[in-house]
Amino acid sequence: MAKVLSNMPLAPGIYLLTVEGTYRARMGQFYMLRCWDSYPVLSRPISVHDISPESISFLYRAGGIGTHLLAKLQPGDSLQLEGPMGRGFPEPEGRTAIVGGGMGTAPMLLAARQLPEAQVFLGFKDAPFGVSRFQDIHSNVTVVSGGMIADHIDPACYDTILACGPVPMMEALAYKTEGSSAKLYVSVEKRMGCGIGACNSCAVTINGTVRKVCTDGPAFPAKEVNWIDLLSL
Amino acid sequence: MISLACELAGVRFANPIWAASGTFGFGRPYADLYPLRKLGAIVSKGLTVRPRTGNSGTRLYETPSGIMNSIGLENPGIRAFLERELPEMTTYGTAVIVNLGGSSIPEYVEGARLLDDYCQWLQASGQKAVDMLELNISCPNVKEGGLAFGLDTEQARKLVKEVRQATSLPLIIKLAPGARDLTEMARMCEYEGADGVSLINTIQAMAIDIRQRRSVFDRAYAGLSGPAIKPIALRMVHQVARAVSIPVVGVGGISSASDIVEFVMAGATAVQIGTYNMMNLRAGDTLAEQLIDLMNEEGIQSLEEIRGII
Ligand SMILES: Cc1cc2nc3c(=O)[nH]c(=O)nc-3n(C[C@H](O)[C@H](O)[C@H](O)COP(=O)(O)OP(=O)(O)OC[C@H]3O[C@@H](n4cnc5c(N)ncnc54)[C@H](O)[C@@H]3O)c2cc1C
Ligand SMILES: Cc1cc2nc3c(=O)[nH]c(=O)nc-3n(C[C@H](O)[C@H](O)[C@H](O)COP(=O)(O)O)c2cc1C
Ligand code: FES
Repeated sequence: MAKVLSNMPLAPGIYLLTVEGTYRARMGQFYMLRCWDSYPVLSRPISVHDISPESISFLYRAGGIGTHLLAKLQPGDSLQLEGPMGRGFPEPEGRTAIVGGGMGTAPMLLAARQLPEAQVFLGFKDAPFGVSRFQDIHSNVTVVSGGMIADHIDPACYDTILACGPVPMMEALAYKTEGSSAKLYVSVEKRMGCGIGACNSCAVTINGTVRKVCTDGPAFPAKEVNWIDLLSL
Repeated sequence: MISLACELAGVRFANPIWAASGTFGFGRPYADLYPLRKLGAIVSKGLTVRPRTGNSGTRLYETPSGIMNSIGLENPGIRAFLERELPEMTTYGTAVIVNLGGSSIPEYVEGARLLDDYCQWLQASGQKAVDMLELNISCPNVKEGGLAFGLDTEQARKLVKEVRQATSLPLIIKLAPGARDLTEMARMCEYEGADGVSLINTIQAMAIDIRQRRSVFDRAYAGLSGPAIKPIALRMVHQVARAVSIPVVGVGGISSASDIVEFVMAGATAVQIGTYNMMNLRAGDTLAEQLIDLMNEEGIQSLEEIRGII
């Protein structure tokens, strides 16, 4: 059991949860979170947002039952964290762009922290949230509110692009990157049972073979992703 | 000192708490979390002769107190399992049970033979092999899948008879809750030489996405498991345990030591934990100890003492 240090709303329905302890995780990895007994049944996969020597934090949207229970957590409460799960993003090569859209900005803060040379692009459909956390640790942050973030990125300027966001955003980025030499990696979502590769729930087709988002991903090379697979969670 | 050790079909188990098929892979995902010898057995993901890629679309869906799955028997195939998974699986210090799936009698029989031959070879060369076969005649998630056999006793009889002849491994049959006559089905298994029955597999169920006006699952129906199905599973185990004299393995929604005691009181010799492994990845680390604590509190000396007392 881990102990909650703080759990603050950053914007309507968006919370930053900080938990005490020394954790190690790669950018793009996630934890299975749970602060209830048997209802709801499944734990919730949430990306690592940030890590400090004495804490780990998660940025999440309170949408359904589980995340609403997370939002009720108070400092001192305990919760279960299992992880880190997955392989996260690969180590980028050369000039790197970090792209986050909406809730997909959550895993990108750790990437921004680990890659000070990279350029960071954050896109939001409506009002931006959590942006100052990026600006505090990174000098090169572009924020786009409304419109297509892919319009602001020239793939020719990068060797590696790491992205997480809504499927249409990642797909647009993938089309734009086609034909350039930039390698695009996208972090994808599927419903998860175990998070450790035991239940085959989180299958996606990658390069024609069935892989698991939880243990093989959640980041995959965009050109190997079958986008139709991602239409249903 | 309470001992949970038990025997079923000539196989010794350190305790009657087994990991259920499909929720535990081949054990490896959990091996980093706790010592798997704390479980009585690991039942493998359902295996078929040829590899299967599983179902498209949504595979998992949460319901109040349950989950629905439509995995579609994704598995690497028996040969790949024998080469790549079994060697490690036999090092965990727990019994190894292979869950066998298929979509026709010849396919099941081929699978059973493959396993049998390989295990005989392993044993002849002094290596650990598979301890038991669990014949899955109840998977609701594949086309013309095992479930076609699991509903009708006479259909199932042909399959059980042939698989029984094809293997010398201890054989238990995993029954479908949707069987038209469950006790008749279980009696048939006993008559045809099965060493035990396990039940229940998931219950066929449905969820609809009202915005898209379609089933959540590409294959329309999916299998419901978890705490929601426990009372049904318990009733079925009770009925079957009274109908047969071979051992009954209880499965369905078990998520605590007291659930295990309920299943034993209903007549189960062993139990399997499925969905609860996902609710608590370390379930198998503590359940046996919790069961002993509960027995001590309740003044139960041994599970035999309470088996089938209801
Ligand atoms: C690898 C990974 C990392 C993620 N990181 C974050 C993050 O950092 N911040 C954040 O806000 N969200 C993140 N998500 C999405 C998050 O898991 C879901 O928003 C959350 O599970 C929804 O739970 P709920 O209780 O609000 O919804 P409910 O509607 O009650 O959920 C019902 C079921 O569907 C599942 N589910 C619903 N939406 C999603 C989804 N988008 N992805 C996967 N499963 C879903 C739930 O886990 C649960 O099993 C991530 C998802 C994945 C797969
Ligand atoms: C994700 C998932 C996959 C499953 N795969 C199989 C399988 O391959 N073969 C099988 O016989 N049962 C399979 N089952 C059924 C379980 O072994 C078990 O019978 C059922 O889930 C009821 O138990 P529970 O409520 O404890 O989960 C699966 C269940 C789940 C949840
Ligand atoms: S969530 Fe179980 S295999 Fe990925």
